[in-house]
Amino acid sequence: MPLKIQEIKDLIKESIPDADIAITDLAGDENHYSATIKSKLFKGKNKIEQHKLVYKALKGKMGNELHALALNTKEI
Amino acid sequence: MNDAVKEKITNIIKVNEVCLFMKGTPEVPQCGFSMAVSNVLKHLNVKFTGINVLDDSEIRDGIKAFSDWPTIPQLYIKGSFVGGCDIIKEMYESKDLQKTFKDNKILFSDAS
Repeated sequence: MPLKIQEIKDLIKESIPDADIAITDLAGDENHYSATIKSKLFKGKNKIEQHKLVYKALKGKMGNELHALALNTKEI
Repeated sequence: MNDAVKEKITNIIKVNEVCLFMKGTPEVPQCGFSMAVSNVLKHLNVKFTGINVLDDSEIRDGIKAFSDWPTIPQLYIKGSFVGGCDIIKEMYESKDLQKTFKDNKILFSDAS
């Protein structure tokens, strides 16, 4: 079952409430997305830690239901 | 992940200075993200070892737990996890990747 953009946003918002999220469906197949996420929670964290925060928010769906989500995280 | 798999991965990243866990091989990548990272390394003329996770399901699942990272590809430099596709591309563009190779005394050439 592919994930819809809104479902991805909702999951991220649950763990990162202040997240400013922009998601693009790269292939129009609900399976290859690109996301830019801005949050204060990324402050002081390196890229690996920032991406891990997002992956944790997705509760194991990354790499499973969610095949591809290119991430660009920014601290604000 | 059992201890044997953990030991196998530990050994792989120990004996290979620059090691890319990927789908397919550097010659024939089986996934666009793996190809992207492999191409960055080729572009920088870095000597690296590609580990094809499609050949070994234990490593395919094991490396995700080992790095606490849910996706492939994964790049290791001198035994440390450096990142997946997005991070490596960003690091290449910001030249942080080149700096990482330099700091670790790994030969590369930056044509750009």
